[in-house]
Amino acid sequence: MLSTMDFFWERIVPNLDKGLWLTVQIIAPSAIIGFLLGVFIGTLRVFGSPKIRKVMDVYTAIIRGVPLVVQLFILYFGLPSIGIYFQPYTAAVLGFILCSGAYHSEYIRGALLSIKQGQLKAAYALGFTRVQTILWIVVPQAVRRALPGCGNEIIYLIKYSSLAYIVTCMELTGKAKALAAQTFRFTEVFFAVGLYYLFLTTVATWLLAWLERRLSIPGFGGKSR
Amino acid sequence: MRPEYRYALMNTQTPHPPVLSMRNISITLGGRKILNSVSLDVERGELKVLIGPSGGGKSTFLQCMNLLVTPDAGSVSIEGASVNPHDKKALCRLRQDVGMIFQDFNLFDHLTAVKNVAIALRRVKGMSREAAEERAMHELGRVGLTDKADLYPAHLSGGQKQRVAIARALAMDPKVILLDEPTSALDPELVGEVLAVIRDLAKSGMTMIMATHQMDFATALASEILFMEQGNIIERGTPGSLLAPDSATRTRDFCTRLADM
Ligand SMILES: Nc1ncnc2c1ncn2[C@@H]1O[C@H](COP(=O)(O)OP(=O)(O)OP(=O)(O)O)[C@@H](O)[C@H]1O
Ligand SMILES: [Mg+2]
Repeated sequence: MLSTMDFFWERIVPNLDKGLWLTVQIIAPSAIIGFLLGVFIGTLRVFGSPKIRKVMDVYTAIIRGVPLVVQLFILYFGLPSIGIYFQPYTAAVLGFILCSGAYHSEYIRGALLSIKQGQLKAAYALGFTRVQTILWIVVPQAVRRALPGCGNEIIYLIKYSSLAYIVTCMELTGKAKALAAQTFRFTEVFFAVGLYYLFLTTVATWLLAWLERRLSIPGFGGKSR
Repeated sequence: MRPEYRYALMNTQTPHPPVLSMRNISITLGGRKILNSVSLDVERGELKVLIGPSGGGKSTFLQCMNLLVTPDAGSVSIEGASVNPHDKKALCRLRQDVGMIFQDFNLFDHLTAVKNVAIALRRVKGMSREAAEERAMHELGRVGLTDKADLYPAHLSGGQKQRVAIARALAMDPKVILLDEPTSALDPELVGEVLAVIRDLAKSGMTMIMATHQMDFATALASEILFMEQGNIIERGTPGSLLAPDSATRTRDFCTRLADM
């Protein structure tokens, strides 16, 4: 039997590195598209027609009210019964986008509601249409206000991306589980995988802090230049 | 003439219709009559001053002029063309022609001074970024803020914010500018710099309608003073006629009490 150190370098690291790459490939599009979807849904929930608002509120309520695992099961194992098939990767990313979109929309909605009425009036008084006002005045301010909350959601996403293994996507957690089952060295494998996730969330925290600094504007709270 | 307006020429025999004409504007808000069939014509180069007690309807009337508030009845015409409040294109055109300055500035908080001035040029008038920012710098120069161009609103004083707001309105080449108590939110020592800019505008012939309690300013520059109370214009006339020491007008009475405070 390999010593812990040898086991770590010879078995765990090569295995998990493969899973790490897939995890990154899951997280990146989920985070970016999920955020954009959240901005879109959040905006519709505040500025849409009453009907659209209702539809989006119901969407958010469903996503927030049903466990993510169940949503993934439906996407991957449920939909084929009505003729819709997804690759494991597609099912996972789609599930995460839909889920984080709903959560981001909550932060965006709150930020949109905090924009003062005077900002809209000033834009209308200059001849902006409603859509232009939302696009160029309201959303840019709201996104900055929502950034800390949305950043938090992205950190959550990194951790719940581990659920992808449930739809047979062999990302970090999937690889770790397989290796542990094969070698029965659960403690070492899962300790290592924990470090991998800690590494990912640390990098993400840095990136988000950098982004917040890049986008920071005097008078918008947080650190200003 | 711009095709977007639904033109209804009001008076074909006058060569110069009023720049802005408000006819029998009425509005009820929250179950109360806020404006009671108010009319006002503004000719080119005039400065009309609205005064009156708080709640008299000055702000509401001003916001009816660019249809930020839609009146229940009455008509708004610009250069003789009446504007249909439900025609979105006509509304946007009207608002480009009618600048507005707010009591609390309403600068866009996420944009620097120069971008505040440039954004409507880009997004509404469709100018290129370079052309818009060049024009914006020119307007900032007019209000003496060239050196503050790259500051955000949070780093500007109240007086500077209001001057940026004036530059932002001027950049759209408006035919008339509405000012709703532009100096009321300012510390006393900052009022002068903003009034100086407005005074220069008036002298250069800009058509303006201004709600204010700055009576020295109004007396010196207004072509006409309108006294509004409870949704009606109850007195109107030149500063000389309304404020003469021997005149027993509501306006004079109001101003004496203002001065006593
Ligand atoms: N959206 C609204 N709903 C109900 N009442 C309103 C609304 N907007 C304004 N009012 C009322 O209309 C009246 C006139 O308000 P307005 O702001 O036009 O007065 P004003 O002359 O500008 O006063 P001030 O000198 O305080 O600025 C006030 O009594 C106000 O409470
Ligand atoms: Mg007012």
